Amino acid sequence: MKRQVLIINVCKERLHYFEFVKPVERIVRLCKKGFFVRGYMDVSKEDIDKAGRIIICGTSLMDSEYLNSIKRFKWLGWVQKPVLGICAGMQIICKNFGCKLVKKCEIGLKRIYFKQHFFGMSRWQEVYLLYNLSVKNDNALEKNFDIFSKSKKGDIVYAIKHKTKELYGVLFHPEVRHEEMIINFINLRI
Amino acid sequence: MGRKMAVGVLFSGGKDSTLALYYTKRFCDVKVLITIISENKNSYMFHTPNISLVEFQGKAIGLPVLIKRTKGEKEAELIDLEKAVLEARKKYKIGGIVSGALASAYQASRIQRICNKLHLECFNPLWQKDQFELLEEIVRLRFNAIITGVFAAGMENLLGKHIDRSVIRELRKIHKKYKINPAGEGGEFESFVLDAIFFKKRLEIASYHIEGEGEERLLVIEKVRMCKK
Repeated sequence: MKRQVLIINVCKERLHYFEFVKPVERIVRLCKKGFFVRGYMDVSKEDIDKAGRIIICGTSLMDSEYLNSIKRFKWLGWVQKPVLGICAGMQIICKNFGCKLVKKCEIGLKRIYFKQHFFGMSRWQEVYLLYNLSVKNDNALEKNFDIFSKSKKGDIVYAIKHKTKELYGVLFHPEVRHEEMIINFINLRI
Repeated sequence: MGRKMAVGVLFSGGKDSTLALYYTKRFCDVKVLITIISENKNSYMFHTPNISLVEFQGKAIGLPVLIKRTKGEKEAELIDLEKAVLEARKKYKIGGIVSGALASAYQASRIQRICNKLHLECFNPLWQKDQFELLEEIVRLRFNAIITGVFAAGMENLLGKHIDRSVIRELRKIHKKYKINPAGEGGEFESFVLDAIFFKKRLEIASYHIEGEGEERLLVIEKVRMCKK
C-alpha cells in the first residue's frame, strides 16, 4: 500500500485531539506510512480517494456531537477501502447501516474474548474501554456485520467487521493497549 | 470561534501537569488549579514531594489554587478528589477537568469516572505521549523543571538537576540499563517547575534540604522566592 492513511478526528473540543487522534498518528508513523488528518465535517471525496486506509478515531465520554452529523459519513456506503472505526468510529460505521445505539458505560481495563482472530487479537485480551454508548446487538447488526468479540451476556459488542465490505469497528481503544492491532490494520492485505 | 470552555486543571506542580496546563491554555479558559495534598507519601494517585508549594506556583502563574487534603488511602483519596472537583465546578463554573495522565490506565480511568459522574468533560492532553518526546518538549519550551525526588536505581546523581538535554541523555542511558520510565511515569522520579513561558513570575529556591539516602532521595524545598521575569 503506497497511499496515505486518512485519520478522521470526530472530537468536538480541540484539546481532545491530543488524547484521541495524536496517539493514533504516533502508531501510524511507526508503520512508516504517510498520513493526513481531517475533521469529520471537512472530509471530501478527494480525501477518501487519496487514502489507502481510513481510521475514524474516538472521542470523549461527554461528546456525542458527531451523531448529529451522521450524514457526513455517507461515504461509508460506497467506500471500497479498509476503514477502522475506534469507539465513536465504530458507532458511526454501524449507524450508517441502520444499527441502533444504546446507553451503556465502561471505563478502564477489561479482559474480553475474541472468538476469531481480529488483526492479531485472539482469545482473552485486556483492552482499554471508554464509552457511554454502544451498538445494540440486534437484527440490524447481525444482518450487516460479523461479531468477533462480545460480552458474556452478548449485550455489548466489542469488535465487528462488515459482512461484505472492509469496514471494521472496535469499541475499545487499541491506541492505548494493543497498538499492534492498528499496525496490522494498516498492513492488511486485500 | 466558539467560546472557550472553562476548565480546572489537576495540578501537582511537576512537569507533567504543568505541560498539560500549557496545552490547555491554548484551547480552554483555565479558571482554577486543583491540588490534592496526600498525607500518604506513597499515594496511588497524587504526587507528594514539595506539593505544599503549589500556592506559590499558582501565584507565579496567576491562577487560584483549590487545595484539598487527603489521608491518601487507596480509594478514599478518590472521594476527596471528587469533592475537590465538585467544589471547583460550583465555585468556578467549570465544564471540564484536565489531567496530566500519561500512560497510567489506573490514574486516567479513575479521573474519567469522576468526571463522567459529575457530567464534566475530561481532558488528558498528554495521554499516550512518548516519554522522551515529553522531556524534549519541556526543554524546547524552556520550562525550568528540577528533579526533586529520585526513587530508582541509577538516578541518584540527578537529584536537584534542572531537566535539560544532558539530563535527557542521562535518562536515556539509565532507561537502557534499568528499563525505567524515562519521564518518571512509574514514580522513578518527581519534578518541580519553577518557571515556564506562561508564568507571570518565576520562582527561585531560597532554601532546601535533602532527605533519604541511596536510591531514594528527596530534595525538600523549604522556601521559594518569587522573582520578576
